[in-house]
Parts: sequence; structure tokens; C-alpha cells
Amino acid sequence: MRLTTTVNGEEVTREVEGRLLLVHFLRDHLGLTGTHWGCDTSNCGTCVVWMDGEPVKSCTVLAAMAGGREVRTVEDLADGDRLDPVQQGFMECHGLQCGFCTPGMMMTARALLDRNPDPSEGEVREAISGQICRCTGYSTIVRSVRWAAEHECAEREEASS
Amino acid sequence: MQVPAPFEYERATSVDHAIGLLGRLGGSARLVAGGHSLLPMMKLRLTDLEYLIDINDLHADLGHVRVERDEVRIGAMVRHRELLESAELARALPVFAEAERVIADPVVRNRGTIGGSLCQADPSEDLSAVCGALDAVCVIRGADGERLVPMDGFHRGPYETAVGPDEMLTEVRIPLHPGGSSAFEKVERRAGDWAVASVAAAVQVEDGLITGARVGMAAVGPDTVTVPGLSEALRGQRPSEELYTHAAEIAARACDPATDTRGSADYKRHLAGELTRRTLRRAVAGTEGKA
Repeated sequence: MRLTTTVNGEEVTREVEGRLLLVHFLRDHLGLTGTHWGCDTSNCGTCVVWMDGEPVKSCTVLAAMAGGREVRTVEDLADGDRLDPVQQGFMECHGLQCGFCTPGMMMTARALLDRNPDPSEGEVREAISGQICRCTGYSTIVRSVRWAAEHECAEREEASS
Repeated sequence: MQVPAPFEYERATSVDHAIGLLGRLGGSARLVAGGHSLLPMMKLRLTDLEYLIDINDLHADLGHVRVERDEVRIGAMVRHRELLESAELARALPVFAEAERVIADPVVRNRGTIGGSLCQADPSEDLSAVCGALDAVCVIRGADGERLVPMDGFHRGPYETAVGPDEMLTEVRIPLHPGGSSAFEKVERRAGDWAVASVAAAVQVEDGLITGARVGMAAVGPDTVTVPGLSEALRGQRPSEELYTHAAEIAARACDPATDTRGSADYKRHLAGELTRRTLRRAVAGTEGKA
């Protein structure tokens, strides 16, 4: 079937099988390997991307379901050379060890901060509760997201003063 | 790598279009909403379908949560996150937010729908227990119009429902009672897991007496959407710890759990009773000052 979707702001059209999963479409058809492919069972969350602005597990979404919708992947987080505060937070606070869960964690964190700019530690933990860090580095991930929140709050205050 | 067997993908643009496609394609077609139950089954080749009809575009028609005076109407495409975040729904039926907080995880809740959950008819699925306790009525639409099926008769067994091959669930209707309240309890091994056991209870209290009570359970048997005999045992009684103990015994007897990695049958039976006691206690407390 012919699939047309928007990925990171760019419209793409490809011939795909109906059974193709979104994660494989992104990785294998578009070469966007920033999105990782993990458990295949919607448990680990490393494949999280946004569809129409909401985080989804792309191993459990068909590529066809993204037709006519807007997909955003980890590749779109940075603005040119300027990292997203979430990415910066992961760097500052050692939010990644092996890096496998990182793309999914960061996409979920970005969505959380867009809805709730100053989440408590508990709210961050709840937001990432469907995602697994195989290094078990959750404390530093939570700290990284909090770093981004504080950084963005401070930036906003500076801009408004 | 887990990949579904080949199928033809169709996208429905309206409820009538979906029903028309089902009518034309027959038993070899299945509807998919969030897909977080169906796609994993397709990957494991546990389903046999030739056509998959994507109904996600029907959210505009079936994405409503309407709290009316004596009824709540929930469209089949309402997603778990929307059920969790509806303040109006939480006021009318607190059991929904209590259950949704522990159904899967926030990212999965962005996709999964109430209609998909009920139609999947997984014996471990929490919303079925919630809807059973609330005496919900399912609106099923086919080419010839709508029919109403109470939750009691909606599940025909594990993974089987009253919805025919050329029909679809469009709405869930839940009666509201003055002096009514509800509660949900779940025991799970870790965040986002399926229940070891979960229980929903709904009660109505007038002048200090229980005028209605229902309990639904999940993960403790093939069909535990409602606990038979419990309503009769509680109606007309004054709420008390003794009464909750009696209800817990009825619930424990009504379940038929299997021993698996989540726990032994004995433990799950114990939980069914204990969670019945706790949900009834909290539901009754929730009615205080209401009627």
C-alpha cells in the first residue's frame, strides 16, 4: 500500500506492507535509527515517538496508522546544533549509560514537560513508568528531566523579566 | 522479530463505513482501535484475519464522555488517558480514574480505548470489571441499527463478546444513581502490569441502607465481570464490616483463578475476597452525604 505521512515536519511517501510496524518504517525505510527497537511487546518503551503530538510505542503501531498524521522522532529534538534542554539534561546529569532506552525516555520527557513544565519527581517517575532502563539508571534519568524543567523555567523567567 | 501475518489494511472514515466494510468483508475482518491488545496477538499469530479496519479516525464521532443527569455516555473510541483525565467523569464515577491510573502505563494509555478493552474481552482486563460493577450497557451497531446489551451478557467467554462479525461497539452507557459511589482496587507485581487480581465495586445507599450493590472482578477466572448473588445478599442491608466479610466470601467463592507466575490460585482467591471488602468499604464511604 501507498503510505504518506509527515515525519519530523517532512512529508514522505513510501510503498509499504500493511503489516509494517511504525518502528521498522522509521528505522528501515527512512533510515531514522535514533528510534530504538527493543522488546517488540510495548513493554520497554525505547521505541517511543510522537504521533500527532502524543508519545506512542511505535512497535505497537502500524506504519499505516500513521498515514496522514504527524510523527516526531528523537532526531527532531535538537534545533540544528542546539540541543533540546531534555537532551542537555541527560548530558549534564548522566541520564544515559548504555543509551539504549534514551530516545524513548527523552521523547516521553519532552511530552511531559510540554504539558507540565514543572513536574515533581513522582510525576516524572509516573510518566516514564512504561519504559525500562536496562542499566537501571532511573535516578539519573529523573534528575535529567528535572534539570531540563528547572533550566526551562529559569529561561522563561529570564525572558519575561 | 515479531511481525503480524500479511493482511489488507483499510481505514474507516465513519461508523457506517466501518460497518459497511465489516458487512462486505465478513468474518475475515477485524476492527482495530488502539491496537495494544490486538497487534501483540497478531504478532504471536494468535489471530486469523485477512482485513484490518482501522477506526482511529472515528474518534471525532465516538470520542465523547457525556455526563448527563441519570446516565454517563462514553464513546467507544475514548482513550484510557481521556478517561483518566476527565474531571467530570471522576466526580460522577470515581471508579474510572482509580482504575485508569493503574491500567498499563501512560504511553499505552495514549492509544488504548474503552471500546477496544471491552471487545478484547481479556479476562484480566480491568475496565470490564469496572463496567460490570457499574451495570453498564453496551451499544452495538450493525447495518440494521442499534441494539443494547448489558455488561452481564456482553462477554461470552474469554476473547468473545456479543458483538457480531458485522457489528461494532459504539458506546457504553452507565446509569447514575443518587446516593451512588464506586471504588477500584488492584494488586499488581509492578507498575503497568496486568492484575494479579482487581476488583471494582459500585453501591447505592439510601437512608442508611444499601439499595444496590455490584462487584466486578478481573484476572480471577474466565468470566468474573459481575459476581452473581452479591447484589441480592447486600440489598436492604445496613453497611457493616460483617456485611463486607460476607460479600468477600461470596466473591471468593465466585472466582475461579488459575495458578501462574502472578500467584497461586489460593492467593488470588484471597485477594478477590479482600479487595471486594476494601472496595465495598470505600464505595460506601463515598456515598456519605450524597443522597
